[in-house]
Amino acid sequence: MVTILQLIVSGLTVGAIYALVAVGFTLIYRASGIFNFAQGEFFMLGGMLAGIAMASYGLSYPVAALLACVITVIFGLALFLLGINPARSASPIQLLILTIGASLLARGLASAILGKDFVRLPQLLPWDVWRIGGVVIQVQAVAIVAGAFLIVSAMGIFLSRALTGKAIVAVAANTVGAQLVGINRVAVISLCFALSALIGSLGGILATPITLTSYDTGVMLAIKGFTGAMLGGVGKPYGPVIGGLLVGLLEAFGAGFLSSVYKDALALVVLLLVFALFPQGIFASRSVERV
Amino acid sequence: MRNKLASPYAPPVIIAASIVLISCLPLTNFQVRMATLLFIFSTVVLGKNLLMGYAGQISLGHGAFFGLGAYTVAIGAARYGLSPWLLTAMSLPAAGVIAWIIGRPILKLRGYHLAMATLAFGSIFAMVLTNAVHITGGPDGMALDMAAVRLFGMTPRWSWYWICGGVLVLAMYLLASLLDSPTGREMRAIHDSEIAAGVLGIDVAQAKLRAFVISAVFTTLAGCCFVMFDRYITPQSAGILRSIEFVTMTVVGGLGSAIGSIIGAAIFVVLPQFLTVFHEYEQAILGLILVIIMVLLPKGIAPSLAGWLRSRRASSC
Repeated sequence: MVTILQLIVSGLTVGAIYALVAVGFTLIYRASGIFNFAQGEFFMLGGMLAGIAMASYGLSYPVAALLACVITVIFGLALFLLGINPARSASPIQLLILTIGASLLARGLASAILGKDFVRLPQLLPWDVWRIGGVVIQVQAVAIVAGAFLIVSAMGIFLSRALTGKAIVAVAANTVGAQLVGINRVAVISLCFALSALIGSLGGILATPITLTSYDTGVMLAIKGFTGAMLGGVGKPYGPVIGGLLVGLLEAFGAGFLSSVYKDALALVVLLLVFALFPQGIFASRSVERV
Repeated sequence: MRNKLASPYAPPVIIAASIVLISCLPLTNFQVRMATLLFIFSTVVLGKNLLMGYAGQISLGHGAFFGLGAYTVAIGAARYGLSPWLLTAMSLPAAGVIAWIIGRPILKLRGYHLAMATLAFGSIFAMVLTNAVHITGGPDGMALDMAAVRLFGMTPRWSWYWICGGVLVLAMYLLASLLDSPTGREMRAIHDSEIAAGVLGIDVAQAKLRAFVISAVFTTLAGCCFVMFDRYITPQSAGILRSIEFVTMTVVGGLGSAIGSIIGAAIFVVLPQFLTVFHEYEQAILGLILVIIMVLLPKGIAPSLAGWLRSRRASSC
């Protein structure tokens, strides 16, 4: 029983990180139809930049985190405004390849400038672990889950209450219709890239104290986040969140009961099964495929 | 003259002539090695071009087929003492069958879903290569112990130049004759519109599957050549990044262009040699090139170049 609870705790922790990747991914995908392969790089940049800023330049935690977020958001905006927007006549596959290029660029720059070592960050809260019964809970894990919850809730409120947020929903629902009522498509999608990069960098900063971050963390994170988004479905706002959490739980239980070596493969097998069984996600009610 | 150049059989002839001409140049050992690698990767890209450029289907998992060929040869030779040539001959039909089994369900997916599903297959394969240490040697890879090949008394280096060059010309010839056949026309019809092709009575699933199987066999053959030439294979040579590199070579060179396939492969084989000064930044520069080409020449280098030449000729007339 203790083992199972322990696995649930660690599963929810990584699941919250995947949920953040999935939410950021879905935000861009729904508004623009663009499959952003560089989604994981936002996390990598957030974690690495904050860690290096603290370790090498002696900045304080909040300043380092702010700096990391700003640089990552600039990268996200540049990806859209300098890369994707000028190439918008290209086919979806060509745009996918463009984001793969951006992902290689971010990885390459990170490994060359920030180094190839794992980067650490101090914990957000002064305590180390809590013991409840026999279950050990890292305090940072609670911070990750709570942080992810706050970020996702803030996003939800922004999208449903704020006028700018509603513009994003409008563009996602019908781009031409949104443009007809005077919504600036380029501005809205830029905002989505900026928000998605912000979510990513915050996620990276939250996760780094536990998972550590290196220049090549991004690709696997992007794949897992995408799996979460597909599992939960991109049609409902809570879909990617639940999908990401499920992927984390599956992975934790897979590592605990099957094989820790192949835990990464488990997410991929889940992805293939989802494609085969629930191509629209497990909560799907309508088709959102964009061709 | 122009009609002859436009013939689908022109590229294999041009490339065969180039291979002979290049061999007359006073090349250093290193340059011969580069040329051989270029031939190997061009063979992969040709297969990928059939799948992506003509049939219009993406695969981010072809690194696995490259690894399948290379590891079949390396494992078979090391554990069972079989001849690498025999293993190559065995691995090609095996790759075809595996591609057929995987391709049947997976090619029903489209666009991004197909990309991610193939990526998933490729990653799982790479994970097995990395973790099944007792069979594959794990992350350190495997060496291939093979007697030096001396074709007509040439040095091994030049022997491999001619073997891989011959494989490339053969692959180009097969591609050209395939595209000139009803199957090739079916594939191009699917690229333009799957629905229209289906309405015309083309078995869309079957044609896609054929393109997938053929490209997998080309990639496997290149993998076999690679391990016999390089005598070493690691999981990185068959991993996700390798798969992504294959797609990139295809798209940068130009979809649906045989010559473009070779240009695309050349950029990825030759460019890193010029970038050694910036070794640290190699990956970043490759990524940047990819982004710039997608923004400025989304059709790829060869078709954009051909379009530019055509428009120049039209304006000069």
